[in-house]
Amino acid sequence: MSGVRLLVGTRKGAFVLTSDGKRERWDISGPHFAGWEVYHMKGSPADPNRLYASQSTGWFGQLIQRSKDGGETWEPVGNKFVYDGVPGTHMWYDGTPHSWKFARVWHLEPSLTDPDTVYAGVEDAALFRTTDGGQNWEELPGLRTHDSGPSWQPGGGGMCLHTIVLDPKHPNRIFIAISAAGAFRSDDAGKTWKPINHGLKSEGIPNPSAEVGHCVHRIAMHKSRPGVLFMQKHWDVMRSDNAGDSWQEVSGNLPTDFGFPIDVHAHEPETIYVVPIKSDSEHFPPDGKLRVYRSKSGGNEWEPLTKGLPQRDCYVNVLRDAMAVDSLDSCGVYFGTTGGQVYGSSDAGDTWTPIVQNFPAVLSVEVQTLP
Amino acid sequence: MIRVLLPAHLKTLARVNGEVQVEVKANDAGQPTIVSVLDAIEARYPVLQGTIRDHVTQERRPFVRFFACEEDYSLEPPDTPLPTAVARGTEPFLIVGAMAGG
Repeated sequence: MSGVRLLVGTRKGAFVLTSDGKRERWDISGPHFAGWEVYHMKGSPADPNRLYASQSTGWFGQLIQRSKDGGETWEPVGNKFVYDGVPGTHMWYDGTPHSWKFARVWHLEPSLTDPDTVYAGVEDAALFRTTDGGQNWEELPGLRTHDSGPSWQPGGGGMCLHTIVLDPKHPNRIFIAISAAGAFRSDDAGKTWKPINHGLKSEGIPNPSAEVGHCVHRIAMHKSRPGVLFMQKHWDVMRSDNAGDSWQEVSGNLPTDFGFPIDVHAHEPETIYVVPIKSDSEHFPPDGKLRVYRSKSGGNEWEPLTKGLPQRDCYVNVLRDAMAVDSLDSCGVYFGTTGGQVYGSSDAGDTWTPIVQNFPAVLSVEVQTLP
Repeated sequence: MIRVLLPAHLKTLARVNGEVQVEVKANDAGQPTIVSVLDAIEARYPVLQGTIRDHVTQERRPFVRFFACEEDYSLEPPDTPLPTAVARGTEPFLIVGAMAGG
């Protein structure tokens, strides 16, 4: 019987949760790298037992861990992330120039075809790549050295490259997003980049429709339609039907269009999920009710999914990389909270069950569907 | 041999228990220095490269401190000689994770 493996990164370590196709009982291993922040873990689509994890602390910096056996054992690999050439400056919070400085790896995106090739999105924003299983990392400098780079500013969480989406139909096409510069696309495997923010409006910046400066929180794509992108922005849920060349708002009837994660159903490309929260500073669900919202029409019309989720006194957040879907026949949806809960639904969000309730704050959730 | 005490997380990474001992290259005056100890530790345990000091600038990470013979060496220049007791191996060189955070 097929099964699933959840990769959960938290403020104090990593956990691997496994279940069979019923997704009713879960085995939990961890914490791996106890005491360290694990911003993200992800498995290779080309070899499900090959996993990569970003492990860091403010004390001892960045490490990358690799597993070749599905998370049973791990080995540290290369952790040297050095910008290409003289990195120059971006803009600081106060508008002054600020030197680019590596802080951590936010997101790891393994190649769709090669287990040894992985992209890393880092803070301060840049894209790195390894082609030897993580031993050595090299920057793809065309992004950071884009003409707009000196004007990029950090968001509240730092100037992080947090989203990397690889196009399964166009191997040279990569989408990335940076807080708070916006979304960019490369059509030549990362050599050159184009801002793809036309249609985004952000009232918090001097020119609300500027080419860059938007606080994009996450981008999601269905592999069958890589030209259609869905975006959760700081405010506003957006979609693009032309690979990011232009965007339109699809927030519709959401109670608030602020949020962090967004994801797409594994088998229904027009079914998408978000978790609306209050902001700018509260960052918890409206009315203390934890609700996932689902649209089956690619946006605009949304329904709250509440069955099994706390509907009173709930004040947790769900971070940008903390939602994932499996690809079993009945699509599973999973998300983790800053309160340490991981919720799962084996029926596309109709009903939810807490898989764990007392983890450290969850930073990321990824899922692998196993044969 | 210089005795070095690593913080718990770095002992886990290096897969060691308790103190470690490293052969350290002395300076022209025959003395071990802060940087020579760090070089020796990183050579013996490559996994620690980048965890105590920055890969590029070689600057000490802000929340890592160096102590020896009850003195704080964290802010001293890297080529500062270590006390005779550390050089003789009667006292350890301490690499400490600062008590901060949660």
